Amino acid sequence: MITTAAPEREHYLNASYGIKSWLLTKDHKRIALLYLATITFFFFLGGAFATLIRIELLTPTGGIVSSETYNKLFTMHGVAMVFFFLIPAIPATLGNFFLPMMIGARDLAFPRLNLLSWYLLVIGGLFALFAMLAGGVDTGWTFYTPYSTTYSNSWVIATALGIFISGFSSILTGLNFIVTIHRMRAPGMTWFRLPLFVWAHYATSLIQVLGTPVIAVTILLLFCERVFHIGIFDPALGGDPVLFQHLFWFYSHPAVYIMVLPAMGVISELISVYSRKPLFGYKFIAFSSVAIAVLSFLVWGHHLFVSGQSLYAGLVFSFLSYFVAIPSAIKVFNWTATLYKGSISYDTPMLYAFGFIGLFTVGGLTGLFVAALGIDVHVTDTYFVIAHFHYIMVGGTIMAYLGGMHYYWPKMTGRMYPEGWAKLSAVVIFLGFNLTFFPQFILGYLGMPRRYHVYPEEFQVLHVLSTAGASVLAVGYLMPMIYFVWSLRYGQLAPANPWGATGLEWKTASPPPVHNFDEPPVMTHEAYDYSTVIQEEIEVG
Amino acid sequence: MADHVDTLELREQFDTAEQQKDASTLGMWIFLITEVMFFGGMFLAYTVYRRAYPDVFAIASSSLNAVIGAINTGVLLLSSFTMVMAVRAAQLGQRKTIILFLTLTLFFGGMFLGVKAYEWNEKFQEHHIPGQAAFHLEGVAPSEQGHAQLFFSLYFAMTGLHALHMVIGVGLLSFLMIQAAKGTYSATYFTPVDVAGLYWHFVDVIWIFLFPLLYLIDRHLGKPL
Repeated sequence: MITTAAPEREHYLNASYGIKSWLLTKDHKRIALLYLATITFFFFLGGAFATLIRIELLTPTGGIVSSETYNKLFTMHGVAMVFFFLIPAIPATLGNFFLPMMIGARDLAFPRLNLLSWYLLVIGGLFALFAMLAGGVDTGWTFYTPYSTTYSNSWVIATALGIFISGFSSILTGLNFIVTIHRMRAPGMTWFRLPLFVWAHYATSLIQVLGTPVIAVTILLLFCERVFHIGIFDPALGGDPVLFQHLFWFYSHPAVYIMVLPAMGVISELISVYSRKPLFGYKFIAFSSVAIAVLSFLVWGHHLFVSGQSLYAGLVFSFLSYFVAIPSAIKVFNWTATLYKGSISYDTPMLYAFGFIGLFTVGGLTGLFVAALGIDVHVTDTYFVIAHFHYIMVGGTIMAYLGGMHYYWPKMTGRMYPEGWAKLSAVVIFLGFNLTFFPQFILGYLGMPRRYHVYPEEFQVLHVLSTAGASVLAVGYLMPMIYFVWSLRYGQLAPANPWGATGLEWKTASPPPVHNFDEPPVMTHEAYDYSTVIQEEIEVG
Repeated sequence: MADHVDTLELREQFDTAEQQKDASTLGMWIFLITEVMFFGGMFLAYTVYRRAYPDVFAIASSSLNAVIGAINTGVLLLSSFTMVMAVRAAQLGQRKTIILFLTLTLFFGGMFLGVKAYEWNEKFQEHHIPGQAAFHLEGVAPSEQGHAQLFFSLYFAMTGLHALHMVIGVGLLSFLMIQAAKGTYSATYFTPVDVAGLYWHFVDVIWIFLFPLLYLIDRHLGKPL
């Protein structure tokens, strides 16, 4: 079956044509591409806001935009990136496309629900977009009360509704994944033969299903509070604004793991295939994903160290937050151990994977800094925190997302991307990222607060460095955008299994047929058993 | 919500009818878990404020009509019973019996909503509407009227969200009735009735928690019965 995709062969892209065949599709692969287009739009929109922020911060005087506009810029940057790019990024695109294929299924358990999820994201996105165009929102992406409920004169309700609606997209995707993993596995695909990508998505889905409803009800209460002034979060009536923070972070801290767990799943695939070795400690990596999902619900209070939470609660949350380091470190060590004596090839996805490990490690370790009460009181709401979570969410998630996009591009489109340009993009992004965000650690440590656009002159050098890095980063992000599109027409035709990978998703043509497999697949070996691929190559060759 | 299948045919992503049924049922159970978390946020808020202002909450609680609440609880339990009978009829493939019991379920569900509307209306007349300048609860000091408002905020938020779920349930049951009339369900295929039943019972269970929390706890402290 290792034939290049002949133009006349029918596959999911050419099986039907026309706008209706896309907007009413139930094919998880097409829905994944719909998501891809949507989140790419929001990524560049969020990126545009980031660009304006970085330009503004070039000078300490805050001369380009007013303080009010600046508040809106960082809010809309956060809203677009967090809710409409990072959370759906990997699960809704790569997960949607490959999770059914990896377990040997024809589709997700509920294809219509899957399409509905995409529509919910789009409708939510339109609400948020409307709010942005109508004048923006200035509360910060955290919507802290009572500012958001009582004082802000911006488009809080439209934005919050957008997030509320898109939250159901996330919930339903998680539900769909869990049922699919439980009920749709091919014969022979036992739980411990699942690719670790699937385990990671299972853990992610648990968080989506358990956490997202809480932010939904929180937004509902915020909505009632703002519209009817019912007092739930209003101290004047005996309500408690800190309750909002508890509810908000009960979801929004686990949300970080919604972003990074699927990223870890992608990295597990990449490290294995480009080392041509089974992953070291498969079960440890699998269960560490579940452990992170469980722990994610026990640490939200570390966002409230200075919010008037009791000291004892702070101590417990600090202690529990340290626990997250254990499963995270298990993954990093196991990936590293997988490399040992591996037959490593430095293809683009592997470069992204290395980038991920480096940046995630920095982000994770600084996470320990801010989980420590003493340090956190010093750096709360400074650029140290900004740098920390960008290392996780951008350095972690986006590196893995792009690594995964390169790895799976041949399967998704049937075309190879240009390797040289792609390698360059990985390097440019890695360098640009560090230049952007490393100075922010120093800035934060020295006391530069977040969400300010006027700052003391001595911080300017570091801000200029950061803005310079952001320019490099922007070039790095534009490159894949351009050559991916270019490759759709001019890229080499991709074989079924260009990387010699073991998963079922590679045992079908590129791009896959409508029902994924011509023959119903049967899993006959453990995950990442490269001897089977070598056997295949011998038989074919 | 579970993907509703309106034909007997096996959907293309499944291999067997059993797999299809299992998937739908599991899907509904997971959806109900998300619902627990959804309501959970409000239950948490309730717990926090109940603990913060126990005296005012007791007085506010006793202003609710527990007798009507109890009757409504009974009505809802009856509707759960008729729902079970509808599922049973579906399993046996008795088309007319399904329709009969779904009609009864809808009737009791509608009755619950009607009584609820009556209760809310009463609150409007008594000026127990949070966020209104005219809000006033007797027996509560002026400085603590805000805390009393909190009780009614939670009362309306929780019973309102519950009623919204009831309305959605009524929609689901109406859909099932149309399908049942068309003869869609049989002894071999009745999954939608089954999973809609799960949903209906869940909404019922939520009320079983809401009723004592809002109407009964510390009632004797508020005023003598």
